[in-house]
Amino acid sequence: METPAGRVPLIATELLFSDRLGAWKTRWGIGRMNYLVPPGLYAIGTPGATDPVVVTANYKMSYDIVRSQFGGRNVWLLVLETFGINVWCAAGKGTFGTGELVRRISETRLAMVISHRQLLLPMLGAVGVAAHEIARRTGFTVRYAAIRAEDLPEFLDKGRVTTSAMREMTFTFRERAVLVPVEFVMALKPAAVIMLCVSLFGALLGRPGAGIEAAVAYFGAMLAGTAVAPILLPWLPGRSFSIKGAVLGFAWSALWLLLTGAAWNSLSTVAAFLVLPAVSAFHALNFTGCTPYTSRTGVKKEMRAALPAMGTAVLAGGILLIINGILG
Amino acid sequence: MKGFRYLKDATTLELREPACIGCGRCLEVCPHQVFTLANTKASIVDRDACMECGACALNCPVNAISVDSGVGCASGLINEWLRERKLPRGGGACCS
Repeated sequence: METPAGRVPLIATELLFSDRLGAWKTRWGIGRMNYLVPPGLYAIGTPGATDPVVVTANYKMSYDIVRSQFGGRNVWLLVLETFGINVWCAAGKGTFGTGELVRRISETRLAMVISHRQLLLPMLGAVGVAAHEIARRTGFTVRYAAIRAEDLPEFLDKGRVTTSAMREMTFTFRERAVLVPVEFVMALKPAAVIMLCVSLFGALLGRPGAGIEAAVAYFGAMLAGTAVAPILLPWLPGRSFSIKGAVLGFAWSALWLLLTGAAWNSLSTVAAFLVLPAVSAFHALNFTGCTPYTSRTGVKKEMRAALPAMGTAVLAGGILLIINGILG
Repeated sequence: MKGFRYLKDATTLELREPACIGCGRCLEVCPHQVFTLANTKASIVDRDACMECGACALNCPVNAISVDSGVGCASGLINEWLRERKLPRGGGACCS
């Protein structure tokens, strides 16, 4: 559409099958780092000089989630160049930041398009944007509207009030479940290499089937840490992620013992109960980066205790298996 | 945050109350309701909920808040540790 600052693309609020397919693919890690839209100003509906300006990142999934909230409304969407990274991660890296917002306001000549001077930002963008700096450098005031884009319609309808629920972080079953595929896919490549080594190692030391069994045991422990731990997160004991993961790894070891135990002796049983919980604990610890409540200091503290423990367990288990192979 | 708690005493968050002008920005940007505002001064009410995102410190117009901010991400920290020692890093584009 035409504006005093030139032509602005008009965009739809309904997501097409291709948008949903694209989101699904990125959730599985396919083309995830190259899923973006051009930065700039976009129009939704037929916005005028007094309509709200909503700011987001140029990760296409972020852009899709935001625009799909505004069916039947007139809104300006200001998309920042975050190189295809979501708001929160980009804010952490500084690309969804003060400098980029100032630049984008000037490049789109936003001040000519609208008559008011308020920008609505996602709350998690505050990690990268200093509101008082924006005001000082551009004259625009920043309102951190809500954490989730889904709350924006209610925020606008109720006179631009952020309720306490809109300000509170959540990590629901669904919010955790959508993160599992990419965790699993990213763990798969190193796991494949390890499983191959374990199979060869097992076949050399024991029966030919023992290597395959050990590789499957490893795969189960990886799955427990990358998929089961995120899903069951609030119900697993302890605050530390490695303990949550170790508990699952222990449960998996017990299950695997029940399923294939006939072929185990005491040495390989002890080895399994040392190594498998350590593997699950490592993957669960990695999930800290996907959660919205772990602090850097906390993760460092946990790693200092957990990594040496995991290393010792894996080493001890490995030595037991070698002894077992030599004796066996 | 309901239903989730990370480790105790694991944050570097500090608020210098004498410097605070009571603007309330820290309350507006904190996703874990760490701050409260009373008598035109902010104070910390739930320190252990802090995830060190740094939004409060960045948005405090009088620099009354300090926090060693960063991402609480184990693979990010491992990558950082490997980079410092100039060791080859594994895969994973996140937090790299």
